[in-house]
Amino acid sequence: MSRPELVAPPEIYYGDTEAKKYTNNSRIQQIQADMTYRALELLNLPEGEPAFLLDIGCGSGLSGEILDEEGYLWVGVDVAPSMLEVALEREVEGDLFLQDIGQGFGFRPGSFDGAISISVLQWLLNAETSHPTSSPPHRLTRFFTTLHAALKNPSRAVLQFYPTSDDQIQLITSIAQKAGFGGGIVVDYPNSKKARKVFLCLFVGGGGGQQQLPKGLEGEENEEAEGRALFEKRRERLRAKEKSGKRKSLKDKDWILKKKELYRKRGKEGVPLDSKYTGRKRKAVF
Amino acid sequence: MVRLITHNLLACHAKGCTSNNFPLQFQDAAIELRDAEFNADFLRGFLPRIEWTALVGAARQLGDTSLPAEQPEMLDDEFLQKLHHVLLEVHVEEGAMVCPNCKHVYPISNGIPNMLLAEHEIG
Ligand SMILES: C[S@@+](CC[C@H](N)C(=O)[O-])C[C@H]1O[C@@H](n2cnc3c(N)ncnc32)[C@H](O)[C@@H]1O
Ligand SMILES: [Zn+2]
Repeated sequence: MSRPELVAPPEIYYGDTEAKKYTNNSRIQQIQADMTYRALELLNLPEGEPAFLLDIGCGSGLSGEILDEEGYLWVGVDVAPSMLEVALEREVEGDLFLQDIGQGFGFRPGSFDGAISISVLQWLLNAETSHPTSSPPHRLTRFFTTLHAALKNPSRAVLQFYPTSDDQIQLITSIAQKAGFGGGIVVDYPNSKKARKVFLCLFVGGGGGQQQLPKGLEGEENEEAEGRALFEKRRERLRAKEKSGKRKSLKDKDWILKKKELYRKRGKEGVPLDSKYTGRKRKAVF
Repeated sequence: MVRLITHNLLACHAKGCTSNNFPLQFQDAAIELRDAEFNADFLRGFLPRIEWTALVGAARQLGDTSLPAEQPEMLDDEFLQKLHHVLLEVHVEEGAMVCPNCKHVYPISNGIPNMLLAEHEIG
């Protein structure tokens, strides 16, 4: 099967049908959730402080739902209207924007405490969008420069992506560096064909090498299942930390439970989202 | 789902539009109010990032006059509650945001602003 980014521009590839198929696939849900947890771990946010994050290429909100669960406030941008439409239906909490990240951001300096991006960057290397664009290096430069400006100092951006070659990794890291970022590539389970994951872990500021590039996860396992089990264990640890009160969640427990139940139901049964306005307290003012 | 917290961070990103490009002006805005979880720590931590005058102006454009023109020094609970409401509970669902400088119109539909630029506007 061809890689999606070679098939069509993102907003065409993720049309209505694919956006729903992608979002309702429980395997994809699991993988995106695992990678989001790992990205949050690599983000290494100060404990106990509620953070305001940017989700780059947020899609239908599979990554954003984890941010909701973990109690972060966030803004999501994506170029595919159908994906954003699904995100609306799923009632994610983040503010959503229709935006081509290759055109750059307009956020004021120091807007965000951190940024994540799950399975998106490869799109900037390949298919163009059906909107006006420039060359991939130009788009990457615009993206990293405006992202760097939008992040506060010090902070991090963690971007998981699927490179096809070392040249691509080289291109991306060198452009990120020129945009002012420190950091580099973290590879989890480098020897596993299926569980191997590449994270671009970028630092803003930090003064004189204080930010250390985290280590990738190791494991001799070749099976994805085991990779997943490891992720699962890490997640449990994260949870334990939370319970012990070291990490304070921004949102109240009941709220999170309710939200989790909602996602679970939708994920498992593919409950049709008959109305995105169900049960919402709305007061139209104008 | 543009809330004023996000609007307050957003400048125009069209090519060459680098001064007087903030804050974007709301046009024909339809808003909805939705309850959000109150968190005083978050608000206190976020306050230094806010352009106060822009926030007060945007809130007034949307018909909310609860915030004082000058940012108060005392962050008491009453003030934080008002700030919470303005930043996190007012959602602009329809309308547009217009750049005060280059006049680029960013339409908002279904709560989602369209930030896409035309070819000649890409930096
Ligand atoms: C595999 S999905 C991942 C979505 C989400 N992060 C998740 O974990 O489920 C890739 C997303 O990247 C978005 N994307 C691709 N190119 C983009 C661009 N130039 N600007 C913004 N989003 C883009 C696509 O529209 C799609 O929603
Ligand atoms: Zn402008």
